[in-house]
Amino acid sequence: MKRYLGAFTIGLMLIGTSAWADEQKIEIKEYNFIPASLTIPVGTKVTWVNRDEIPHTIDDSNKLFRSPALDTDESYSYTFTTPGTYQYGCRLHSHMAGNIIVTEK
Amino acid sequence: MTFDFSDNSQELDRRSFLKCSAWAGTGVLWALVGGIPKAFALDATGSVSDSAALDSNFHFVQISDSHIGFNKEANPEPLKTLQEAIGKINAFPKKPSLILHTGDITHLSKASEFDTAAQVLGTLPAPVHYVPGEHDTLDEGGGKLYLERYGKGTKGNGWYSFDNHGVHFIALINVFNFQPGKPATLGADQLKWLADDLSAVSTSTPVVVFAHMPLWSIYDPWGWSTGDADQAISMLRKYGSVTILNGHIHQVIQKVEGNITFHTARGTAYPQPAPGAAPSPGPMKVPADQLRSYLGITDVVTVQGNHPLALVNSTL
Repeated sequence: MKRYLGAFTIGLMLIGTSAWADEQKIEIKEYNFIPASLTIPVGTKVTWVNRDEIPHTIDDSNKLFRSPALDTDESYSYTFTTPGTYQYGCRLHSHMAGNIIVTEK
Repeated sequence: MTFDFSDNSQELDRRSFLKCSAWAGTGVLWALVGGIPKAFALDATGSVSDSAALDSNFHFVQISDSHIGFNKEANPEPLKTLQEAIGKINAFPKKPSLILHTGDITHLSKASEFDTAAQVLGTLPAPVHYVPGEHDTLDEGGGKLYLERYGKGTKGNGWYSFDNHGVHFIALINVFNFQPGKPATLGADQLKWLADDLSAVSTSTPVVVFAHMPLWSIYDPWGWSTGDADQAISMLRKYGSVTILNGHIHQVIQKVEGNITFHTARGTAYPQPAPGAAPSPGPMKVPADQLRSYLGITDVVTVQGNHPLALVNSTL
């Protein structure tokens, strides 16, 4: 019985993963990107939402993407079309850092 | 001798005082008077100069971090608290010669925020000299709106200097060209200009440097520093009296290092936590009836000649 339940759970997780595969959300809270590290298949759209009372930005270290200042509850999206590792931060708060790992489908 | 203190410290009792390093043959006595840190000039014998004598001379005011446009719980009405700060300055018995605004005039760099701020700051009793904060460079043009309004006659991204009552004032800019993961910088062009500017200033001239982000490392984990500030500070060490005024951290923290006094001012909008005292440096919510004790202005008093400046912080 336990084994069946386990398999059932994994099945659910797989369904869950495929349903979310083309879109992911990162929240900004207390000057942190949550999650700070995210692995996604190529073609995924990532949306960052600022939950702080202070504006933040999303800036790729190679300047591939660069958001305007996001006020509270504002968001910014970028779709990753090339596999690789992307380091990004907030240009207003140098200690904030995150990365996105984009894998082949 | 180097000494750091914050007036938020619970450890300093009102009667405690600290004697700091010599300053061009004189010294400075830091004392807490009624909970307010004051610096008094010491004469060659180590006695406190008559503070009333200081009051009769040139003084100017530092105002900072107005954040017009901020509307969250930490202070839903920053326009009102700015007006209160201005009311306090207008009520001084002696009009200040000038006002320095050390940045974050607006919260989101919107044209309407700049307009509102300018209207209210226009009621100050003396000319205002500005530097931008990072909140003033959030527009699409990355600081274009600020520079259109306040950048006339300045160099680079808005840096400049001027003289008033024998004091040399230098406005430095450290809120442009941000790179993720790296601290704020002044940049090579501005440092070169600073060296040129100082080449015409004698070492006996009192120098006041003002910039938004701290020009000393207050708390690196929160980015409360300027990456290449040491290069600017090293150019200033030979001067007999240097006062460095910053904003950004919305609280008073001071340090004396040789002839250089570093000072950050309270803002007029909302308080921020002491370094490392909270998970992040976000706006600190305090009971509404206590908010004004966290906001304030700095009055800077000088005497003619080669004397230290006295910094008097007061709350709203």
